[in-house]
Amino acid sequence: MFLDVLEKYDWNKIKQDIYSKTEKDVLLALNKPKRDLEDFKTLVSPAAFPYLEQMAKLSNKLTQKRFGKIIQLFIPLYLSNYCVNECVYCGFNCHNDIERIILDEEQILNEVEAIKSYGFEHILLVTGEAPSIAGMEYFERVIKLIKPYFALISMEVQPLEASEYIKLKKLGLNTVYIYQETYNKESYKKFHGKTKKSDFAYRLHTPDRLGKAEMHRIGIANLLGLEDWRTDAFFTALHLKYLEKKYWKSKCSISFPRLRPHKGSFKPEFSISDAELVQLITAYRIFDEEVELSISVRESRKFRDNVVKLGITSMSAGSKTKPGAYALNYNALEQFEVFDDRTPSEVVDMIKSKGYEPVWKDWGYYMQL
Amino acid sequence: MSLIIADKTFNSRLFLGTGKFSSNKIMEEAVLASGTELVTVALKRVDLKKENDDLLKHLKHPSINILPNTSGVRTAEEAVFAAQLAREALETNWLKLEIHPDPKYLMPDPFETLKAAEKLVKLGFVVLPYIHADPVLAKSLEDAGVAAVMPLGSPIGSNKGLKAKDFISIIIEQSNVPVVVDAGIGAPSHAAEALEMGADAVLVNTSVAVASDPVSAAKAYKMAVIAGRLAFEAGLARESDTAEPSSPLTKFLSEE
Repeated sequence: MFLDVLEKYDWNKIKQDIYSKTEKDVLLALNKPKRDLEDFKTLVSPAAFPYLEQMAKLSNKLTQKRFGKIIQLFIPLYLSNYCVNECVYCGFNCHNDIERIILDEEQILNEVEAIKSYGFEHILLVTGEAPSIAGMEYFERVIKLIKPYFALISMEVQPLEASEYIKLKKLGLNTVYIYQETYNKESYKKFHGKTKKSDFAYRLHTPDRLGKAEMHRIGIANLLGLEDWRTDAFFTALHLKYLEKKYWKSKCSISFPRLRPHKGSFKPEFSISDAELVQLITAYRIFDEEVELSISVRESRKFRDNVVKLGITSMSAGSKTKPGAYALNYNALEQFEVFDDRTPSEVVDMIKSKGYEPVWKDWGYYMQL
Repeated sequence: MSLIIADKTFNSRLFLGTGKFSSNKIMEEAVLASGTELVTVALKRVDLKKENDDLLKHLKHPSINILPNTSGVRTAEEAVFAAQLAREALETNWLKLEIHPDPKYLMPDPFETLKAAEKLVKLGFVVLPYIHADPVLAKSLEDAGVAAVMPLGSPIGSNKGLKAKDFISIIIEQSNVPVVVDAGIGAPSHAAEALEMGADAVLVNTSVAVASDPVSAAKAYKMAVIAGRLAFEAGLARESDTAEPSSPLTKFLSEE
């Protein structure tokens, strides 16, 4: 399991490695045909920052070669904002005084109708962590309910058991996103209090359980803002390589959840600038030509418009992060503030204007049994 | 001489993939410019329920035949299921059988491919399996009744050319069904090389789709494939590793 791998590495030593990379290391990494984890350290290092344009060009080329000139589109469907956790950085934190909602079947179908009218075929189901309210029984019901309407179903909920993932996969689930938040064990403890989520190892081993369940796609990430982004990225990359090698039948995807303003008082201690986020995106691509890279509406219009060509392979559009918001068309309190609030068709036009094909559908119920 | 696969005759020996293009319109223009008569379409990309799927709409030309592919499935069972739906929805019994459980390098699974091919042939499909350049597997698939074999030149999308050349040439030598080199072709010269070797056709996608000018790239492939085939039919003198001895070694036999 991945903890055994993780424990072989010392956070501070890795951080020191990254910050002591030199221009020579950068040139070497950029000119190799394939890059290893040592090169990844270089690519996210301050030494590589002056080479951003070169990294962007390389990332553009490698992404087109593997994925073509296309961007896949998906939309999140927030089912429930009930949560037992107290993650200080999240609007769903159980101590936050917000209206708690869980959608019933009729409400879900109303949401589906609104979502389908935009054209989406790929859907991401999202809940907070509240297993007694939104647990396996609920997930099974929802997937059965929405399966006829979508070509690809993903999910971002609390960590589950391998046997549960197998069950949901059989019902039509294709992808599970599970973010470790931070790979720094001490910081992880600090941010997750004494809640269910405080079990670092259980969360860390969720992708292992997904791999054992032969889930088609596993999405991982660290939150940007909890720790030194360069060091956390190294551990995410280490996790990625581990998963690709061990669970070779599952596709991997990386997301870039940058902490945004939300209800609550958390101010990220570690920030990452737009330019640094570009460095991070292109570093992943140069390091791993096959990994999917996904960006959400947490980012600004300008940023999203420009990363279409820099290595990103999928993006959400038109997202509303409050349960029930699509059908009611309101924008009230949310998990985080949406930055790019354009409609899906505006995002589609933007993608086309960049010379890319927006892809609504890249899977089908008939592709997995 | 034209190429015959199952019940169809092809004047063009260039097959094209339809993924990765910057728009369906550019894809259509490239397809038409290439002169191809067979294009492969990923089942996962098209909407089998919709009558006017945008991708398929751009391929509605009398000269173009559709070859649906099962890219994305991981097992024989899934491939057979997807193939049956495709046959119904797209009204063709032709199928490019692709089973790659490995989503990273998209390496074809020989065991599942053979299993699925046996089943699909019995169900009446015209099966063109995508395989490693494995001569034994190619023969086994031929025995199973496939219409052609499609060995890879290099890893898919790699543009590396015919890295598997030595094995492809064994497949060509031994095969009783057409051999279509698929995957890895990154330049018209690679395509020409495959045809010169005696491959019956090539399938190209990334190299055309991702070119700055896909239409010109398609034209270049069209010419390369014609040149390669012509060279093969012309019976070019083989290159030789050894020098010819200037005085014949067997001259003594005709001496008094």
